[in-house]
Amino acid sequence: MAEMMYWQAVQRAHDEELERDANVIILGEDVGLVGGTYKATSGLLDKYGAERVIDTPISENSFTGLGIGAAFMGVRPIIEIMSVNFAWLAMDQIMNNAAKVHYMSGGQLRVPAVFRIPGGTAHQLGAQHSARMEKVFMGVAGLRVVTPSTPKQAYGLLKSAVRSDDPVVIHEHENMYQFKGEVPDEEYLHPLEGSEVVREGTDVTLFGYNLSVHWCLQAADILSEEQRIEAQVVDLYSLSPLDREGIHKAVANTHNAVIVEEAEPVCGVGAEVMAIINEEAFFELDSAPIRVSAANVPMPFARNLELAALPDAKKIVAAVMAQRAAR
Amino acid sequence: MSRVAAFEIEYVQYMDESGQALADLPNWATEVESLEHAYKWMLLTRLFDAKAVALQRTGQMGTYASCLGQEAIGAAIGLAMHPNDVFVPSYRETGAQLIRGSRMRDILMFWGGDERGSNPPIANQDFPVAIPIASQCLHAVGVATAFKYRKQNRIALCAIGDGATSQGDFYEAINLAGVWKLPVVFLVSNNQWAISVPRAAQSASQTLAQKAIAAGIDGVQVDGNDYIAMRDTLDQAIEKARSGNGATIIEALTYRLSDHTTADDASRYRSAEEVEVYKQKDPLLRLERHMRVAMGWDEGKQQSLKEQCQQQIEEEIQAYLTAEAAPPTEMFDYLYESLPKVYLKQRQQLFDEWQQHLGAREETVDTDVKESDHV
Ligand SMILES: Cc1ncc(C[n+]2csc(CCOP(=O)(O)OP(=O)(O)O)c2C)c(N)n1
Ligand SMILES: [Mg+2]
Repeated sequence: MAEMMYWQAVQRAHDEELERDANVIILGEDVGLVGGTYKATSGLLDKYGAERVIDTPISENSFTGLGIGAAFMGVRPIIEIMSVNFAWLAMDQIMNNAAKVHYMSGGQLRVPAVFRIPGGTAHQLGAQHSARMEKVFMGVAGLRVVTPSTPKQAYGLLKSAVRSDDPVVIHEHENMYQFKGEVPDEEYLHPLEGSEVVREGTDVTLFGYNLSVHWCLQAADILSEEQRIEAQVVDLYSLSPLDREGIHKAVANTHNAVIVEEAEPVCGVGAEVMAIINEEAFFELDSAPIRVSAANVPMPFARNLELAALPDAKKIVAAVMAQRAAR
Repeated sequence: MSRVAAFEIEYVQYMDESGQALADLPNWATEVESLEHAYKWMLLTRLFDAKAVALQRTGQMGTYASCLGQEAIGAAIGLAMHPNDVFVPSYRETGAQLIRGSRMRDILMFWGGDERGSNPPIANQDFPVAIPIASQCLHAVGVATAFKYRKQNRIALCAIGDGATSQGDFYEAINLAGVWKLPVVFLVSNNQWAISVPRAAQSASQTLAQKAIAAGIDGVQVDGNDYIAMRDTLDQAIEKARSGNGATIIEALTYRLSDHTTADDASRYRSAEEVEVYKQKDPLLRLERHMRVAMGWDEGKQQSLKEQCQQQIEEEIQAYLTAEAAPPTEMFDYLYESLPKVYLKQRQQLFDEWQQHLGAREETVDTDVKESDHV
């Protein structure tokens, strides 16, 4: 095991997959010469050449559509959309084509494309640059949506996504590329489905994904130290499909559920997980599940407003205490 | 075989790099006041721009996109438009925004991460900066449609970069501007780079101006570092649009002397020699040289103008640095015309928390790692 940063883990997965399979190419804005906005493709242009690591004109819909067309032909493009905010420009291609053509062609045409999309609220980027769009992608049947919370997942999920014949959206986080963690030295493929218990606990389950897993872990420490409450933390690295079984199992274990999402609550991950709890584990519950979400506003620009609009460990702790008080 | 279409693209330049006139100047450009006035704005923009970069470097402001080397374009836009026209800007048109009435403190506030900077106390209907590249092109044709529909004598001016011409929104917008003969001008600041992607990798088209041909509108290329050429070309395109004769694409050849933004390091992808070549084409130097030879501009005037600008900039920076933070409850305040009930409750809750924790915010765990990487 070596410790590496999240961006290095993504870079390594790129490198290994390009090396392994000549069908793999990378497409995107500023991915070649400068190695990507978050360095995730650094060094690859030199190593694999401009035919495989391709700096495109700025036109998300163009290179996404082109990548999908190439994927029909068996090429395995890894498409980096510089920021999820600009994925909106490519939405028709992703939703109407990547997600549906396999189905509509009776399985004849496959889209083995990967859409790597950094997103989330980074530091003060304002409303048009802070979108959290995972809920949009997970609502589209035909797409897989995964979201790594650690360098190990970032590495293993990308490798599995490249090898999958389905279109896979990988939701990365602009603020996590510097996060450090252990990544196996040997090749490692992370499952594209499931969830992972990242902290054991018996009193309440905190469900998180991507960055919010880290908030959950911080909150769990505070709860343990200050309240003697032991929280279980579940990492929902696969947002589509969601791990119904894992969610059921966790709720059956602690009987209390808090779902933490960086996005606005409406039609979001929290809403979906709550629905699953309702359908799968209602009679296990000792208390009403609670969501901790972002404020339902466009992300404000000013730092104090931005922090106020986002969940954090303190807000999770407060939610757990409120849930217990109401019980 | 016979030919069904042919076209050519005009290139406009009035001054060479040394400021020497290459042709008879338009009348207005022989008047001292016109040129001095433009130069004043260009110098103010440049000095302000440098201060803005310094504020970012010292942690007093967020990511900033410098317009170093592109000041002639900003000045020409600002001075050619009428007050009640509508400017639809990109993030690199600080100079034009200043002339159009934004105060320096507003611009600093915007880049400092405070939405209030996008709401300067100006009388016109100019748009705030659009972050999704080229999306504003369609807004501009919408504005122009409204003017045409209301039979108003106004025009829209849309500023974009060379990279933006690759976006579908740009093509869709020029197409509409053509079929509906809209009063709009597209100003493409071709500064040779779109972050790390050079102009040649953006489009195989010989000029960006000629993209107009397919849309059935006029396209012209101009030396964007030559204020006189810039202003003259803009005047004509604006007049044409205003008088109902349709849209124009102006491709202004310039160069981004700075990094893409303060979060970028351009030495990763372009050579110092290339930058050096373009430094010789500096728009301020050129106009200054011209004024020295043609209208007796001298070191004394230059110095006093510089001092005047610097003082103004200092005052504005102080105003920015001492501006009070917005209350967090403001995040709800511009959401709807009047706030729905569910939000009233949230707003009250936030207000109460804020009062309770006033000061305690600083302790919050901040998982941010660094300034993020792009505009
Ligand atoms: C739709 C969209 N895609 C990508 C970006 C990220 N981005 C910001 S500026 C930029 C380059 C723009 O280049 P150009 O249009 O030439 O303008 P310049 O920065 O040179 O003034 C890119 C790719 C964005 N803001 N919007
Ligand atoms: Mg450019």
